[in-house]
Amino acid sequence: MSPRLTTPAALFALLLGLMALTQTGILGQYEQTILSTMGIYMILAASLNLVNGYMGEFSVGHAGFMAVGAYTSSVVGVYLFVPDPFFGQPLLPMDLAYLAFPLILAAGFVAAALVGLLVAIPSFKTRGDYLAVITLAAGYIVKSALENIDVVGGPRGFMGMKKVVMGMEEMISIPWMLIWIFIGVVFTVWILRRFVYSTYGKGVMAIHQDEVAAEIMSVNTNKMKLVAFMLSSGLAGLAGGLYAYLIGFVNPASFTILRSTECLVMVYLGGMGSLTGSILAAAIFTLMLEFLKPLEQLKWVAIPMLLIVLMQFRPEGLMGNRELSDIFPKLKRFYRFK
Amino acid sequence: MLSITNLKVRYGNTEALHGISFTVKPGEIVTLIGANGAGKTTTLLSIARLGPPEGPKIVEGDITYNGQSLLSVPPHEIVTKMRMALAPEGRHIFGNLTVEENLKLATYARKDHDAIKKDYDRVYKLFPRLVERRKQRSESLSGGEQQMLAVGRALMTGANFIMLDEPSMGLAPLLMYDMFRALKELNSQGMTLLLIEQNARIALQFAHRGYVLDTGAIVAQGNAKDLMDNPDVKKAYLGG
Repeated sequence: MSPRLTTPAALFALLLGLMALTQTGILGQYEQTILSTMGIYMILAASLNLVNGYMGEFSVGHAGFMAVGAYTSSVVGVYLFVPDPFFGQPLLPMDLAYLAFPLILAAGFVAAALVGLLVAIPSFKTRGDYLAVITLAAGYIVKSALENIDVVGGPRGFMGMKKVVMGMEEMISIPWMLIWIFIGVVFTVWILRRFVYSTYGKGVMAIHQDEVAAEIMSVNTNKMKLVAFMLSSGLAGLAGGLYAYLIGFVNPASFTILRSTECLVMVYLGGMGSLTGSILAAAIFTLMLEFLKPLEQLKWVAIPMLLIVLMQFRPEGLMGNRELSDIFPKLKRFYRFK
Repeated sequence: MLSITNLKVRYGNTEALHGISFTVKPGEIVTLIGANGAGKTTTLLSIARLGPPEGPKIVEGDITYNGQSLLSVPPHEIVTKMRMALAPEGRHIFGNLTVEENLKLATYARKDHDAIKKDYDRVYKLFPRLVERRKQRSESLSGGEQQMLAVGRALMTGANFIMLDEPSMGLAPLLMYDMFRALKELNSQGMTLLLIEQNARIALQFAHRGYVLDTGAIVAQGNAKDLMDNPDVKKAYLGG
């Protein structure tokens, strides 16, 4: 087999393996939920890494963009496929749900990217800490806005997404959400890698090092920053959409500053400017959240404590800015899409 | 030809240039001299169109290059379309990249691969020291070498008009002369240079024409030789 095809083949085999494990019952509902959550965290961490790691800005509003994606995907899905007191009868038969699902997710992606654009335009006229303040505010604005829109249930939240997932499972009985999340993670890593290694990505990293130098070296810094920020927030929206359909319920309280902080923790745990690091950190973080559950509220003492210890002894994060292929150079011949 | 007419710029509410006018003709070396805070760097930032938050805001006047106003041209197009490059104050090189990578990054927007190759040769011929340092991280270079890299990088953008912000800063006298000789050589190959300097003596020695900037206004101008003999300039900038 040619090296170019090895990676897609390996990913496909992994997906088939996962499905086999679920069908035989080795991976139960509980394990599937953990894996799915892990996947969503991977998307969040990797996408935030583009802005905070590669571009060197400090965005703390990732939960806001996730919320926009979650609500948009939810509303679109429910509007199309589920009878709802507000939206009336569904437009399309449920049989089409599994085909239309990528479009539902795409709607969340686009909406979140557009909100990202709205936030980015004013904030990139400033430097440094101001972006943090503006994204922080944007996160709160999104949350408060959602709390005050009755159509989507206000603070009570919005549901009906479970019916779409059930509709898909009635057509073909496989763990749909796990598959969609798997595809989402692969898509995220693929597009971020492409972006980072493209001319755009070089521009973004030049901005990180020295914005003035980048500008006088003919990098269109404003455009680069907008594109990178939109891609990052769009992917957060994708994660939001997947989250909404995984849980089957969204409410504003799920998208607080705590969620944004989780994203930040994963980026710094994994290493700024390392996609491998973000993926690894998301996996570790999810498992940590799960295994520390017996501690209840105390886990929010334990996890930050671990972070402090990490900062003390390994300030560059688990991976620094290295990728998997830097540690195992032989892997390079399997993925060459630079 | 670059022509600045009645340029007024501000940082916030502070006016930094109070309506200056000057021209740079193709093939010339023109120098702007003046003390700290005279507005020299501000002038270059205005021409390179680097605006707030770091740069000034242009409130009045015009900057035209070959007949076209630069006021509506974004900074990256100053480099790509106008072919003007800036070697900025403090050099702003990418310290974690090697010398070669820095030069390569300057070709970011270029697609004329043959010309790029020629430009590499040109830079390395002009600054042989950079050849020795090619694979070295540029933050480990000496000040003089970093300045060479900053000029070389400006060349690599494919510019035919280079603005230099104090190329002599932090350089030992001998290195300083080397730098200016290299600039003169570049000029003899057809490069137009706009040079700002605190070291008025050396700047006037190498330039064709000069302008003296004092707290945001031009107070004297003329041929470099005449300026050097001007008693006021002598007293204020050349040490008697």
